[in-house]
Amino acid sequence: MDNTDKELLATIADLHDIPEGSFNIRKNGKLLARNSDKDIEIVSKTDKDGIDIIVRPGVKNKSVHIPVLLTVGNFQDTVYNDFYIGDGADVTIIAGCGIHNDTCDSAEHDGIHTFYVGKNAKVRYVERHYANGSGTGKKVFDPTTKIYLKEKACFILESTQLGGVTYTDRKTYATVGKEATLLVKEKILTDHEERAVTDFKVTLRGKGSRADIVSRSVARGNSLQHFRSDLIGKNECFGHVECDGIVLEQARIMSTPKIDAVSTEASLVHEAAVGKIAGEQLVKLMSLGLTEQEAENAVIQGFLS
Amino acid sequence: MVELKKVSYSVKDEATGRKQDILKDVSLRFEDASITVITGPNGSGKSTLIKLLMGLEKPTSGQILFNGEDVTPLSVTERAKRGFTIAFQQPVRFKGITVKKLLSLASGSQPDIGQMCNCLSAVGLCARDYIDRQVDGTLSGGELKRIELAMAIAKGGEVFLLDEPEAGIDLWSFEDLVRIFNRLHDKTVIIVSHQHRILETADKIVLFENDRIVSAGKREEMFAKLAERPALCAMRVKEV
Repeated sequence: MDNTDKELLATIADLHDIPEGSFNIRKNGKLLARNSDKDIEIVSKTDKDGIDIIVRPGVKNKSVHIPVLLTVGNFQDTVYNDFYIGDGADVTIIAGCGIHNDTCDSAEHDGIHTFYVGKNAKVRYVERHYANGSGTGKKVFDPTTKIYLKEKACFILESTQLGGVTYTDRKTYATVGKEATLLVKEKILTDHEERAVTDFKVTLRGKGSRADIVSRSVARGNSLQHFRSDLIGKNECFGHVECDGIVLEQARIMSTPKIDAVSTEASLVHEAAVGKIAGEQLVKLMSLGLTEQEAENAVIQGFLS
Repeated sequence: MVELKKVSYSVKDEATGRKQDILKDVSLRFEDASITVITGPNGSGKSTLIKLLMGLEKPTSGQILFNGEDVTPLSVTERAKRGFTIAFQQPVRFKGITVKKLLSLASGSQPDIGQMCNCLSAVGLCARDYIDRQVDGTLSGGELKRIELAMAIAKGGEVFLLDEPEAGIDLWSFEDLVRIFNRLHDKTVIIVSHQHRILETADKIVLFENDRIVSAGKREEMFAKLAERPALCAMRVKEV
């Protein structure tokens, strides 16, 4: 690993060294390093590019890192990762992706991730996307995440994209079983000419299922974001979608929430608020001695924290 | 010492297009180490005066002096750095920003738990329960108001501008408020209030009516005047 790799790993996965336990580090479409243990097994797929991550039932307080690095231009990397989470397991999965592109050609990573989460299992899935590099080449992420939750399973998706990504089209599909819970916290910051599209389709299938999707976004420069959500209640369930956006300069944010109560027992709520930073917030912070720019940064930093 | 010299502030009435005076030729002195309570009917210009002092609005004419320096052209940020500290009547909420972060921004450094506890216990809140709370819709109006005051304490300064600090705070907590005022007694404290118990803490009381000062003086003198004119409490409301 060179310094660029180390910097990217620290940013996307908080990794400053090779982690303990199971991990799989992929660089420019190839395996860079892997460790697989008895609790969390990592196996290469034989029919396509990707890995199976198998978490044994009942495994508690374990984490697995599967970061991806892309440091060349003119490269499109598609990877299929399937996660099999055993009943009663409780794990954290850190799956960041970092692109460093100094070229004029585009670098793209498309992670197709599917989660099969067993009964009573709990997963915290942390996904950070970040890109840098001096080249004019595009830095693109088009991830697809599919989540299937069995009875009383809980899935926490923390998705963060804080800069440098030229284009992203993120798709998340989830089917939530009986008394299972899906929690999503999405944070996106775009600037310059960047474009970000996020799409959620969540089906609350089981009785007593719940979903809470909270998206916070900041668009500045000439960037554009579009948040779309489709929440379907097919049983006695509760679903909540919240999309808050701050627009600055010439940026634009669109929000298209859809809720569909197929069952009369479904209770679905959506909230969306997009606008500039409230003047009173800036004034309050300026009255503490901050300049207008410092106040703006503090509001944005807090909003995306 | 803070001094207002013939300060006027007017706005253009949106409906009629005519100029409307909010404050007219106000001259006042706020001494060091003193508490002044400004009172008067709604719409008489009390909150506007606080805004002018903090630099949130600029006077149409006149001057504001702080220790002899003309601070009239200074921005909010510059006045905050000079030692002007405000607690707003209606505190603002911030999604994602914690009490701890706001106290840190207010104090200009990273306060330790002891310092945060000091600021929050002064307003009747337990630091352990609040420092990691977000200053958003999950806080009640009363909690928000106390945090606003805690921020003022954390920031410190020389001139404290407290706009209706009692609003939204339950009556039994008045003792907390009075303790805060006592704590600030070596500063220039300017409070807008209608509450008798807060008026009782004042060294000086300023009575506003419409766009000007009716009278100003020491607490005892002013209590006598207020007793003579109880109708002042029910004066007409001027829409701004």
